[in-house]
Amino acid sequence: MAMITAMEVLPNFFGGGGDTISQIISMLFYVIFIVFIFYGQRIQMYVMIREVEGSLYKLKYIKEEGRKIAIETIKEIGKPQTDPSARVDRYLEYFTIQPQSMDPAGIVYKLDHILDVRDTRLKDEVKIMAPESDEVQINNLENTMEAAMALNYIYKVVRHFYIQGKKTLSLYVIMQLQMILPMVMKEAEAYASALKAFADGQPIGDGVGPWVAAKLMHGYETRKVPKDCVVATVPIEGRTALVIKAEGPGGNVGKPGEAVKAVVDENKGKIASVIMIDAALKLEGEPVGEVAEGIGAAIGGPGVDQFKIEESVAEYKIPLNAVIVKEDIGDAVSPLRKEISDSVDKVIERVKNVILERTKEGDKIIIVGVGNTIGIGQ
Amino acid sequence: MSENSSSATTKISTYLMLIVLIVLALSIVALMLSVNAFMVGNEIIAGYLLLIGFIAMALSFYVLLQSRKRIARMKIEAPKVMTTVECKKCGFKSVREFKRGDFVFKELEDCQKCNDKMIITAIYKEVKEKEKAYGV
Repeated sequence: MAMITAMEVLPNFFGGGGDTISQIISMLFYVIFIVFIFYGQRIQMYVMIREVEGSLYKLKYIKEEGRKIAIETIKEIGKPQTDPSARVDRYLEYFTIQPQSMDPAGIVYKLDHILDVRDTRLKDEVKIMAPESDEVQINNLENTMEAAMALNYIYKVVRHFYIQGKKTLSLYVIMQLQMILPMVMKEAEAYASALKAFADGQPIGDGVGPWVAAKLMHGYETRKVPKDCVVATVPIEGRTALVIKAEGPGGNVGKPGEAVKAVVDENKGKIASVIMIDAALKLEGEPVGEVAEGIGAAIGGPGVDQFKIEESVAEYKIPLNAVIVKEDIGDAVSPLRKEISDSVDKVIERVKNVILERTKEGDKIIIVGVGNTIGIGQ
Repeated sequence: MSENSSSATTKISTYLMLIVLIVLALSIVALMLSVNAFMVGNEIIAGYLLLIGFIAMALSFYVLLQSRKRIARMKIEAPKVMTTVECKKCGFKSVREFKRGDFVFKELEDCQKCNDKMIITAIYKEVKEKEKAYGV
């Protein structure tokens, strides 16, 4: 009785009126309004949690597919005697501890050493898992495993923050995760498409630098330079170009820093210019495969090679030029796009322009094609 | 274990399915009641029940469709990768699908036209979707 009276009186009090249905609707409106005042943030959080949960399911699926592709490829190429699944699972959990940076002097060489040890260790593991594979296949398998490892790590980190957010019911933990999730998913999807490319040995977007170098050195004799790189002496526009790239066609980035240092030292610093070619991340709105020119060491990664190149050129005051091909993260690690392959000739034209404008006839120059040379020979 | 969890990620959640089915059943009941109310002559109530029934039915179908879309989105699509094979001597060019073992500048069989060695000059993927232009 009291309830019915309240239902009749309250809507009039709040400005409602008319028949019973209108009264119910206006009451409902006020109830929703009050609920949102007190529980709005919590509802918002549940919506965010649901969104993160959906992405987490997707990440889990991608991660499991990555593991499956890695195991299948090892079985297919490496023909192991035993099931490699347990060893692959162990491999996916490998970690690398960065050197201590409280006293930063000499940290580059410490990091370099740690990365060398990591590389050797991972290659040895792949050799044990896939005993029948050759050097090129080992490099490709290692890249496949690294992509699977990255997917495993991304999934675990997102899951960590998701569970932490749910446990603490902290809007801010969930909100931070939800805000960066589109970028995380983009990266995960890029690694997912990289898996297949690595497993099959297809060139990836990051390989545009080595492709340009390979096109310049094709038909000329090459020799090995440390570490995992090759160099060829190529005449270009009346100058002598020493073209460097990682040794292909296996998945390999080499150590361009050491290669440049070795070549500069061999020539006692008598180099007119160093030109670096690399893939670079584009900004939204920029077309894929756009070529740009600049100054500095065009090289990514942990920074060791960039440091070494800068050190070598600074010692002899050699000008450092860069030509980049723009692409997004997805393009960089997935099979090379047509637009990027079409940009190879444009890059060569740009390099020739730099050579003509910045050096004299008879000069020696170094051209470095930076990136993963998977699927690109020389 | 991996296979089980993989199927778990690609299956529609049981709770979601249960909720959708309950809402669907209620919407059917609402539609039936609306027909009943219309027969009795209570047109206003029939109208409201019809509206509620249709909205509930549309919502449950929408949720079901969205869940199915989420599963469809979970597929890792392997793009079509093409290999361009070229004869440097006569310029004969052919494009075929990528085969494992192909790499750029790999020497292949003799050219059909001039019997010189052919080489792979490009390997690339074809991207079908065009980037959305934002007009800025």
